Amino acid sequence: MAITLDAYREVVPSGTLDLLRRLADRLRGRSLLHVNSTRVGGGVAEMLHHYMPLFQELGIETRWEVITGDEEFFRVTKSFHNALQGQEQAFTDRMLAAYLDTNRTNAARLNLDADVVMIHDPQPAALVEFVPKRGRWMWRCHIDISRPQRRAWSFLRPFVVRHDGAIFSLPKFAQRLPIPQYLIHPSIDPLSDKNRELSRAEVDGVLNRLEVPQDKPILLQVSRFDRFKDPVGVINAYRIVKKYDDCRLVLAGGNAEDDPEGAEVLREVQAAANGDADIHVLVLPPTANYEINALQRAATIIIQKSTKEGFGLTVAEGMWKGKPVIGGFAGGITIQIIYGVTGYTVNSVEGCAFRVRYLLNNPDIARQMGANGREYARQNFLITRDLADHLALMAASPG
Amino acid sequence: MGTAVRPFEFIGCLELREMLGRIAWDERELLVGIEEVPADAIHYHSHSYFLRSRYLGAPYPNDFATWAAIQVRDRVLGERLAVIDPFDYGDLERLRAELVSIIDNHLTTLQTIPRVVYGEPFDFMRSTIIEIPTGLTARTLREFCEALTQVDLSVVYYHFFEPVRSKDRRSTDPAVWLEEALHLPALAARVRRLNPYVSSLDGLRTKLVAICTAALAETKGA
Repeated sequence: MAITLDAYREVVPSGTLDLLRRLADRLRGRSLLHVNSTRVGGGVAEMLHHYMPLFQELGIETRWEVITGDEEFFRVTKSFHNALQGQEQAFTDRMLAAYLDTNRTNAARLNLDADVVMIHDPQPAALVEFVPKRGRWMWRCHIDISRPQRRAWSFLRPFVVRHDGAIFSLPKFAQRLPIPQYLIHPSIDPLSDKNRELSRAEVDGVLNRLEVPQDKPILLQVSRFDRFKDPVGVINAYRIVKKYDDCRLVLAGGNAEDDPEGAEVLREVQAAANGDADIHVLVLPPTANYEINALQRAATIIIQKSTKEGFGLTVAEGMWKGKPVIGGFAGGITIQIIYGVTGYTVNSVEGCAFRVRYLLNNPDIARQMGANGREYARQNFLITRDLADHLALMAASPG
Repeated sequence: MGTAVRPFEFIGCLELREMLGRIAWDERELLVGIEEVPADAIHYHSHSYFLRSRYLGAPYPNDFATWAAIQVRDRVLGERLAVIDPFDYGDLERLRAELVSIIDNHLTTLQTIPRVVYGEPFDFMRSTIIEIPTGLTARTLREFCEALTQVDLSVVYYHFFEPVRSKDRRSTDPAVWLEEALHLPALAARVRRLNPYVSSLDGLRTKLVAICTAALAETKGA
């Protein structure tokens, strides 16, 4: 069953929902359309599943259209996805033609009429070329395109600039564009399985099931087994800490079966753990949101020691659970952690170890940082703030 | 206790943030950027900064100081920029001139221009403030005080920080209302003496509620 807006009243800042409803009243009668490439799987689809009922409850006429295409189209868009994030990819004229054909077909098939049309990511970015534009079209880019492969970006850019504006998650993910570029950070849903309150018994139950004893402080990093997340660096930091302070390290990541590089990194991590009984390498299925929630709540310190990162919402998740967070100086981690207030950003294994030791030995400071982090997350990284940003965008768009 | 003919209307706000596509990697680029960006960007990095730090007073109270101290690791410039109180300047152009003067003066004392080595560049931004009347109004000091405790903190921001940009600042200024509509000049003076720059929005609300509550108690005792 969909979560209603009133259910958020207990957890979001006081007055927020009233403000949202007031603004939504002003926008009543205006329509919002989201367009992406899948209804199931992936962060955008997950986000839209959370948003849609809330927008509708606010009285905003909201629709969600999904473009369809054959296998070749999705192969091309996967290549775009990688190329825009800097990986070298090969593009043939045939591939580019397939991309345009699919966008043209979808433009004819879909109802793209709305006051504000939100085009998510590169897959539907060329739709704008094939329909008479009525409302305000925004290109919402969820990935880091700051260092794209030039051929891919040169092809896509003319379609992007036909939009009325672009939205990025961070300034450093953006490109030079002649259209307005807005900033909307992603968010977490405080009532989802991954973030809702859990009882002590629920947390204990999960940790018992995962065979993680709670007899000493737990350091936790939740992330894919990916070199950019630096799991081996986290183990090395743990080993420095362990010489002085007894603790456990939990590295919880996704199932690496369909990711050859992930499987290799997982093997490296297991080798680095070298049978240490206080290091727990957990391979969890993608649906293990409840388990991750419990692990975060049981942790003493949350670590996200990435060397390259997207927005890194695991930081906001950790802060929401009232934990101090130590994060690598990368991606969105730097804007989520207020240095010395909600946690620490670090640039090295040694820096990570030093800050872990500091927090383990100063539990009052760690507790205060955790409390600060929860308030900071409450103000800045909850889904209601995301809704507010979208409503502000609609309000600022000529009606 | 008086009742005002003209009620005080509590207005909240939301902020739509826009990137200007301009960045600074060193303090000279910061200086030139401050000289050239629209005044809205100066407002964003000095005033609406507080809208994004509602509960927590961050170590430095504006984006320029934070960047210099944390990203460039130039504590001296960070401190000099931190001490500027934007409420001392009647308009944003005077504030801009002061910022430029401080950075320029700082750079003349250095052999090399400090730049980001391990940190991140400064991204110039601006924002559009969307006003949202909350529907809450007050005609008495008690109603004013009660409403203050319930409203979203953006209401506190709107009435204390946003008038800098507003041409019609008198109609939204709580001190003007207390003085002219409720005839409480002493309380209005106390509210004017509150310095929004040195605390978070939540801290400012707490102080406001405290002085209004004290004024209520005084009136009762009188």
